[in-house]
Amino acid sequence: MCLGVPAKILETGEGAAVVELGGVRREISVMLVDDVAVGEWVIVHAGFAIEKLSEEAAEQTLALFREIAEAAPSGDS
Amino acid sequence: MKHGMKYIDDFRDPATAKALVARIRSDAGDAPVRLMEVCGTHTVAIARGGIRSLLSGAVTMLSGPGCPVCVTPDGYIDAAIALGRKPGALLASFGDMLRVPGKSSSLEREKGSGLEVRVVYSPLDAVTLAAATPDREVVFLGVGFETTAPAIGGAIKTASVRGVRNFSVLSSVRTIPEAMGVLAADPEVRIEGFLCPAHVSVVIGTDAYRPVAQRYGIPCVVAGFEPLDILMGISMLLRQKKEGVARVENEYSRVATSIGNRKAQDLVRDVFVSCDTGWRGIGVIPGSGLRIADRYASFDAEKKFGAPVVFAPDRSACRCGDVLKGKILPVDCPLFGKACVPEEPYGPCMVSSEGSCAAYYKYGGA
Repeated sequence: MCLGVPAKILETGEGAAVVELGGVRREISVMLVDDVAVGEWVIVHAGFAIEKLSEEAAEQTLALFREIAEAAPSGDS
Repeated sequence: MKHGMKYIDDFRDPATAKALVARIRSDAGDAPVRLMEVCGTHTVAIARGGIRSLLSGAVTMLSGPGCPVCVTPDGYIDAAIALGRKPGALLASFGDMLRVPGKSSSLEREKGSGLEVRVVYSPLDAVTLAAATPDREVVFLGVGFETTAPAIGGAIKTASVRGVRNFSVLSSVRTIPEAMGVLAADPEVRIEGFLCPAHVSVVIGTDAYRPVAQRYGIPCVVAGFEPLDILMGISMLLRQKKEGVARVENEYSRVATSIGNRKAQDLVRDVFVSCDTGWRGIGVIPGSGLRIADRYASFDAEKKFGAPVVFAPDRSACRCGDVLKGKILPVDCPLFGKACVPEEPYGPCMVSSEGSCAAYYKYGGA
């Protein structure tokens, strides 16, 4: 029940924003986050953006994953 | 789903998963390390990804009490049914709640005999429903953890601002760190590391687990819900154990911060007040609930309709309580897969799609 989905902000309005969720456009509340802008990513839970997603932090985590994958001996089982 | 979902597919790469599994295996000792995933969303992701069997022998993943539906006591369902039976009442609920058994019935069964329940995606949808049906009393079944509390609070606030007077909430909001403290202190559970929830942590901040890590010496890692997040979280827990430290670390740094979402916290503090509350299978945990504050009493269904939620001990044969505490695995319950199956659930852990028993049943015990 605590599932939250990353979604990109497509439009903003008064306390609300339009995002794309699984290919469907949906209006969500942005009353829980500060000044979202078009193009930013948020996590959507129960119709609310509960936080912004930091693309920079995501890239850092992915870079760490790449490092771990590359350091692993190839062809192991 | 198939055409490359950004920030989802990136965290599902099989080659990296394999490397992480190897890393976990090389860090593990002779006996399997006992870790608990606290959150039901993690439980489902672990079962779906077959992570238990990938790590068998190295790590034992215990499922925790973090499925809101599973820990909602009988008395809550009974109170919801009683409210729904009042003339003019219209219940609104998350879909997961419908099949949860109360003392003698469930919302779904009552629906067959005239009880009206609308399934909503967002608590705000229930406010919209109330505004559109002014002749009805819409009661939203506000079940959830800290992740959902701001959404429920946001709906109450919205109804208050818009003057939607025929909207109220039967609140059953619970907080996770208090429950983790109970499990950490239980010598029978013997947890060596907590994989902490992703989105609860987004709201409350990762610092919220510091008391658990410090007081009980149990490593805590907040991890996202994708397979690589979970494997990385487990790996970080094993590294802490290896180093002999117990601190709070954050794998889900793309969304969760140490302080959490202050705006959401302020809203929750405005709408709710901390209280003691009963958890199905566990009992009353001091300070683990959120009740609606007196200033919003007109939106509190318990007060508005005089329909108190009564907490009572659980039915005897069902061992959901021991499952929720990580004392036994679902397969160790005598009812599992026999008297208790998803189509005919006996206990709440088999009802919710996020329940440990349902996840084990659907994806196999491993």
